[in-house]
Amino acid sequence: MTTLEPDQATALGLTGPGSAPADTIDGSMVNDPAVRPPLVLGDRDFHSVTETICGWIENKTPKWWPLAFMSSAGVAGIGTVMILYLIITGVGVWGLQNPVSWGWAIVNFVWWVGIGHAGTLISAILCLFKQQWRTSINRFAEAMTIFAVICAGMFPGIHVGRVWMAWMLFPIPNSNYIWPNFRSPLLWDVFAVGTYFTVSLLFWYMGMIPDIATLRDRAMLRRKQSVTFGPVWVPHPLPGFIKNMTFTIPANQIASWVYGVLALGWRFSFRHWNNYEKAYILLAGVCTPLVLSVHSVVSFDFAVSNVPGWHTTIFPPYFVAGAIFSGFAMVLTLLIPARSLYPGMKDFVTAKTIENMCKIITLTGSMVGFAYIMEFFIAWYGANEIESQTFMMRAFGPYWWAYWIMFTCNVLTPQVFWFRWCRTNIAFIFMISILVNIGMWFERFVIVTTLSSDFLPGSWGYFSPTFVDVMTFVGSLGIFLSLFLLFCRFLPMLAISEVKNVLPQAHAHLHGEEH
Amino acid sequence: MSEQSVQQQEPYGLMGEYSDVTSVYRAAEQFRDAGYTMWDVGCPFPIHNLDEAMGLKQSKVAWIMGTGAAVGVALALFMQMWTAGGGTLDIGWLSGYRVNVASKPLLAWEQFLPVTFELGVLISSFGAIFGMLMINRLPMWYHPLMKKERYLRVGDDKFFISIEAKDPKFNDAKTRQLLESTGAAHVEVVEA
Repeated sequence: MTTLEPDQATALGLTGPGSAPADTIDGSMVNDPAVRPPLVLGDRDFHSVTETICGWIENKTPKWWPLAFMSSAGVAGIGTVMILYLIITGVGVWGLQNPVSWGWAIVNFVWWVGIGHAGTLISAILCLFKQQWRTSINRFAEAMTIFAVICAGMFPGIHVGRVWMAWMLFPIPNSNYIWPNFRSPLLWDVFAVGTYFTVSLLFWYMGMIPDIATLRDRAMLRRKQSVTFGPVWVPHPLPGFIKNMTFTIPANQIASWVYGVLALGWRFSFRHWNNYEKAYILLAGVCTPLVLSVHSVVSFDFAVSNVPGWHTTIFPPYFVAGAIFSGFAMVLTLLIPARSLYPGMKDFVTAKTIENMCKIITLTGSMVGFAYIMEFFIAWYGANEIESQTFMMRAFGPYWWAYWIMFTCNVLTPQVFWFRWCRTNIAFIFMISILVNIGMWFERFVIVTTLSSDFLPGSWGYFSPTFVDVMTFVGSLGIFLSLFLLFCRFLPMLAISEVKNVLPQAHAHLHGEEH
Repeated sequence: MSEQSVQQQEPYGLMGEYSDVTSVYRAAEQFRDAGYTMWDVGCPFPIHNLDEAMGLKQSKVAWIMGTGAAVGVALALFMQMWTAGGGTLDIGWLSGYRVNVASKPLLAWEQFLPVTFELGVLISSFGAIFGMLMINRLPMWYHPLMKKERYLRVGDDKFFISIEAKDPKFNDAKTRQLLESTGAAHVEVVEA
């Protein structure tokens, strides 16, 4: 028997049968701070990691998947019809009026961009902080980022009204002698969100290259077998040679081609890994300020204007905290069902991982709560009559209901995670994550409807959404879910090579030598 | 016949399979010490510190990325100053456009910072990702190793060391012996 490293001994002790104390849930909830909880459960070796994660893609489609996909694609279809109706008719089909000239479109935009932030936080900031529990959720969260930013980008795109003029958002040489106004935060937003989407997409794809190569190699190995299609049953008489026609192709022919092209010829060479790891850590380094900048710039859309209730310096940090808060809630909303639907996923996404995410929700939720209270305090302390009037209107005016939904869901709800039972009860966490999503949507709604009572009381109004408003938002949820289900079906949901790297046997045991 | 000449061609090299991290790490140290240069380790994940065991130099990705950052910042500043802040310099077409927005100063560089930052990040990320692919000579959809059925397990749980026949130290018998003495199973010739 060779000597074990302390970490390895711990991991083996905890995952071994019957050795885990009852209160560690699945063996990962270790209360002793001196003990590192195991990151992967079930005493897995490299091969079983590959088999499990690739199995979700390679095995037969689970029965729930077509149902789930068809319903979400149906909802996405309704959303698409609404968007077409808007493009054909004009933005008047929404409830936009003076003084609330920014309605649900901007609410939905800010909400979706915010949701995306969790993915980048997990893949970049937690990578720099060497939080290894992130390895099991980073791919999942990054995919969520990309789909959320797609949904976000859709709303300003259709809100411009004349969609065919959207190219004017970009500095494209034209014969009008007019360039975009680089002094406007709205244009900063174009660059911030555009950069964010592009960099997130590339980072996500780069992370997937080795895993796609694993899928390619496995498809290549299965090509030794062949599959035969036909003869096809036809309802009318046809010549025999058509009726009895069969095709025989190697198994996984298409998979090996598609994954083969996408893997870019990755062959797991360490000379490649050496550059790859460097690029990865450097990208994590630039994505960290990027993710902080994106929602700051989004908040500038409001804060740079001189509307009371918007013109505050607290907006950038408060928006960033809120973004991470809502993003983690959305990751949990997606992760909790996936974790119970995909066999073996619980070994990677452990109770400890979920608990850590709950803690981040409490942290960022408290920051958001602090910002709400501080806004009120400054409105009073600043002694600006209009500012304090605006805040009184927010909490006790016509939109009091939205304010208190926001306050309950965002300030009070995340505080439940101070209790261990709440952080470990999966169904309860799922419910809280939904509430946080609702609360964060209302936060944006409260901010945007500040417009309803502007400087001139004579022009005060009340914003009511139309059917098209509601269905476009619901449709965006459908688009998001459809994309996500496609991702779960065809791409590696967990970062295979990164998960292997945190297994205890991934480290060379060099006795009596420093490494 | 051309087919025959292909078969007579010199092989790509040799490869040996290892089953765990420690043995491939030890073997890599021995190949490094034996003075091989054109050899490689295939592993399903980046093994910690293997760059030292292989004697690899620091990756040059950071330089490409840094260049990207400089290009991005310069491009963004030029674009904004030219399209919105022109007029401060009067040098023909280079002075750009004089767009007066709410009588704000033409060359208000403070307001150009967000876009400058974003473009700096964008182009430096292009530098990191495409620079990494360029240094690695990817995409390369063909490689002799990928024709070896055994090698297709590299993305799963096997580790490989491959030595190119072009390596000046390569000697069919000696290299094979070194592979076997470091614990490689299934030492195979990789056809070109």
